[in-house]
Amino acid sequence: MLTFIGLGLYDEKDISLKGLEAIRDADVVYAEFYTSRLMGSSVEKMDALYGKKVNVLVREDVEQHPKENVLRDARDKKVVFLTGGDAMVATTHVDLRLRAKQMGIETRIINGPSIQSAVCGLTGLQSYRFGKAATIAFPYKGNISETPYDTVKMNKKNGLHTLLFLDIDREKGFMTINEGIDLLLAVEARRRENVVTGTICVGVARAGSPDPCIRAGKIEALKSFDFGRPLHIMVVPADLHFLEEEALQAFAGL
Amino acid sequence: MATRGKKMVERVKDLMDKPLQIRNIGICAHIDHGKTTLSDNLLAGSGMISMDLAGKQLFMDFDEEEQARGITINAANVSMVHEVGGEEYLINLIDTPGHVDFGGDVTRAMRAVDGAVVVVDAVEGTMPQTETVLRQALRENVKPILFINKVDRLINELKIDKKEMPVRLGKVIDHVNKLVRNMSPHHYETQGWKLDAAKGNVCFGSALYKWAVSVPSMKNTGISFNEVYDYCKANDMKSLSEKSPLHAVLLDAVVHHLPTPLQAQPFRIPVIWRGDKESKVGKDLISCNPNGEIVFMVTKILTDPHAGEVAVGRLFSGTITRGQELYISGTAAQDRVQSVAISMGAERMEVEKITAGNIAALTGLRNAIVGSTGSTVRDLTPFEAIKHVSEPVMTVAVEAKNMKDLPKLVEALRQVAKEDPTVKVDINEETGEHLISGMGELHLEVVTKSRITRDRGIEVITSPPIVVYRETIGTTAGPVEGKSPNKHNRFYIVIEPMPQPIFDAIKNGDFSMNMQEIDRRNLLISLGMDKEAAKGVTHVYGTNMLVDMTKGIQYLKETMELIIEGMEEALKNGPLAREPAQGILIKLVDVKLHEDAVHRGPAQVIPAFRSAVQGGVLMAQPTLLEPVQKVFISVPQAHMGAAVREIQGRRGTIIDMKQEGDLSVIEGSAPVAELFGFASDIRGATEGRAMWNTEFLGFFPLPMNLQNQIVIEIRKRKGLKAELPRPSDFLE
Repeated sequence: MLTFIGLGLYDEKDISLKGLEAIRDADVVYAEFYTSRLMGSSVEKMDALYGKKVNVLVREDVEQHPKENVLRDARDKKVVFLTGGDAMVATTHVDLRLRAKQMGIETRIINGPSIQSAVCGLTGLQSYRFGKAATIAFPYKGNISETPYDTVKMNKKNGLHTLLFLDIDREKGFMTINEGIDLLLAVEARRRENVVTGTICVGVARAGSPDPCIRAGKIEALKSFDFGRPLHIMVVPADLHFLEEEALQAFAGL
Repeated sequence: MATRGKKMVERVKDLMDKPLQIRNIGICAHIDHGKTTLSDNLLAGSGMISMDLAGKQLFMDFDEEEQARGITINAANVSMVHEVGGEEYLINLIDTPGHVDFGGDVTRAMRAVDGAVVVVDAVEGTMPQTETVLRQALRENVKPILFINKVDRLINELKIDKKEMPVRLGKVIDHVNKLVRNMSPHHYETQGWKLDAAKGNVCFGSALYKWAVSVPSMKNTGISFNEVYDYCKANDMKSLSEKSPLHAVLLDAVVHHLPTPLQAQPFRIPVIWRGDKESKVGKDLISCNPNGEIVFMVTKILTDPHAGEVAVGRLFSGTITRGQELYISGTAAQDRVQSVAISMGAERMEVEKITAGNIAALTGLRNAIVGSTGSTVRDLTPFEAIKHVSEPVMTVAVEAKNMKDLPKLVEALRQVAKEDPTVKVDINEETGEHLISGMGELHLEVVTKSRITRDRGIEVITSPPIVVYRETIGTTAGPVEGKSPNKHNRFYIVIEPMPQPIFDAIKNGDFSMNMQEIDRRNLLISLGMDKEAAKGVTHVYGTNMLVDMTKGIQYLKETMELIIEGMEEALKNGPLAREPAQGILIKLVDVKLHEDAVHRGPAQVIPAFRSAVQGGVLMAQPTLLEPVQKVFISVPQAHMGAAVREIQGRRGTIIDMKQEGDLSVIEGSAPVAELFGFASDIRGATEGRAMWNTEFLGFFPLPMNLQNQIVIEIRKRKGLKAELPRPSDFLE
């Protein structure tokens, strides 16, 4: 039995009661923190809350050798697999679930709060109006991906907001909103298509924590705004609905 | 010497901006045909060194190693002034090594010059390396003239008579002409590159005794073959050298028959630079424009104890002064020129500026390596890679004797790789065991003993040399599926052996990714590639090619860089035995990508594509190739049988056998792996009577019965699993 459990946004207490019970009932607990991190928690705090040891897996373990850990144990034991946020949102774990299914292992998902919905709540932007999301990745050997820029462009054309995830890298760390904006503007400087210049942006830092920071403004102004500690995420909205505008003024300093 | 040099520098400076009075030349010859002696003579004649020292001083052999071995290892260059008909001319001379292990230097020197003096020994005639160096010159559209050396030996040693002399010399000329005609028919037939004594582009003489004659010189000096014969017979070559001095006769021929930079660049640029000829910089290059953009190609990097790294090369366009910022090809860097100089053998003379058409020595180009292009134009199409006829065939592992020298050794190895592109260096900072690959035993010995131990004082332990192999395929395989680690991206490729004509075109430089796209496509189609594939050519790595056959796949464009990286990783160290792969054509037929950039990033795409190529190669009759050398032996007839047995006993084949008087000349080939210890064995077998030399022939498949055994030996040596790899090792 393999249970995917979403841990939610910020610390070990964001988990659902059902999720917590499943962990306490499990024989083996695995977790991965390469897609997201609970910034307000630690493995020790989780161990203490769950009353058992959490085995943290790195990307290679999950993607390339799952038969030596998660899948091996799930054949005859109750295994839970923990991820930040919601287990299947902005992750690639559906492959793991499919492999389990092929091996005849029963699977289920216990959902957790996802940043995708949290952003709607914190900013007042309506979930109905979001288009495709994209991740701004750290440049690789100086090459900046143009996909986020193209995604914003396409969404804007269709009157849709764009949620932009910011890269988490083992070596380069957590990308900030400021770095993300720099990369968008770098693509704009090259392409000159006037997609993001002068546009309104919304930055969200530490969603789910006691001191989240939500700030809306012109992209040029947010470029140097200090959002504080990670994790960061941002939205490039399309034209605002009047209630969205009002919410951003009230809650995000627009 | 100092004052003489200084005076010279003033005269040189006066001539530098008069391109009609400049000749950039190289001297090329078979080993021991007298090239360095000739260079010294020319220098002495023009007042650079004293006449008496010429022939003894070996001015251009300024490396102690070279003087000790009596051969020239590094191409050095020097500028000198020659007077013809009341006009002064600036001759920039690049000396080049004759030993085949140093062929890389010859090739690089040819890039810098417009004309070549081909030196041939009157007694021995053209030799294998004469052919090799001539081919290198002609490939770069460098025009040849001929100097037949050691003419006195014909008279005094072979005792031929007056009548026979012109016949013998005529034969030598015919031979060289045959080579020129075969290698460069167009220039031979229509551009007057045919060598003809009557025209004056052939000189006869003795570099050692400093005299020479040509048909035009005979008219002026009255010294004709008749007088030459008599003086030689009387052993009075001193008079001969006074009446018809070598430097005057030969440099006259250089000035009259070799092109000026203005004449040469219009027909040389098209073969060495593939950018747009109609662009501004293209026009600057073709017209050798001193006021145009700066385009400088580095053909040699020297390390000077005082100045540090010196980049020597040809300035094809523009004027270089100190403080100039130049973009260096292949890097994002812009380097500032710290000094501008001309070279006089080991000495550099600083000057204020150097104009187009000259050879310059620059400091400050920290990011340049041999073959780099430095330019004021950003993203300039670089010059064609300098094609080396030989490839690294042998590797040694070096370790620092004292652990404390380790960082110094790493630095030295990096420097060596920068200076000599035919040396391949593999630095392993973890194990401290570094690999140096080169073109032969002598080459590697010079690198380790001189460049590392002598020049930099680092004591090293060197392993016995190991043969370098290549991997390729024998058939087609695919479509092969490569999956990314997260399984959300898939790549489908078909792997095919590279068709021979295309392989050859890449190898000899006829095909290059720097070509204009339309020319590139048409060339591939003319070589038999179908139109769709020719359109999709995306990357060339060594002699391997990636062709994108897909259409309209979203995000493929920004993923392509990663695909290329995966391809290079797979082919740099092939799947069979981690040896470099060659001649593999990869067709990308389908791609499925994840929607989001982070889930199709480097960590996903590179391993996915790499494993597809690795698995695909193993499914397509993987083949190990070994380096094979041509072996030329001349030996008295009595020992011919023994010499033939020495080749045949080494998995060798005899290609040709000829009788020349009492001598048998054997041409054969044998794998490098079997040639270790050949020198002492052939000496033993022929009582030391055999003269021999070798030349790189190419990489050829191992005999079937040996392949598996050698693959496993290499794998063991590299610490890999000691069994034959299977596709499933790489694919799911």
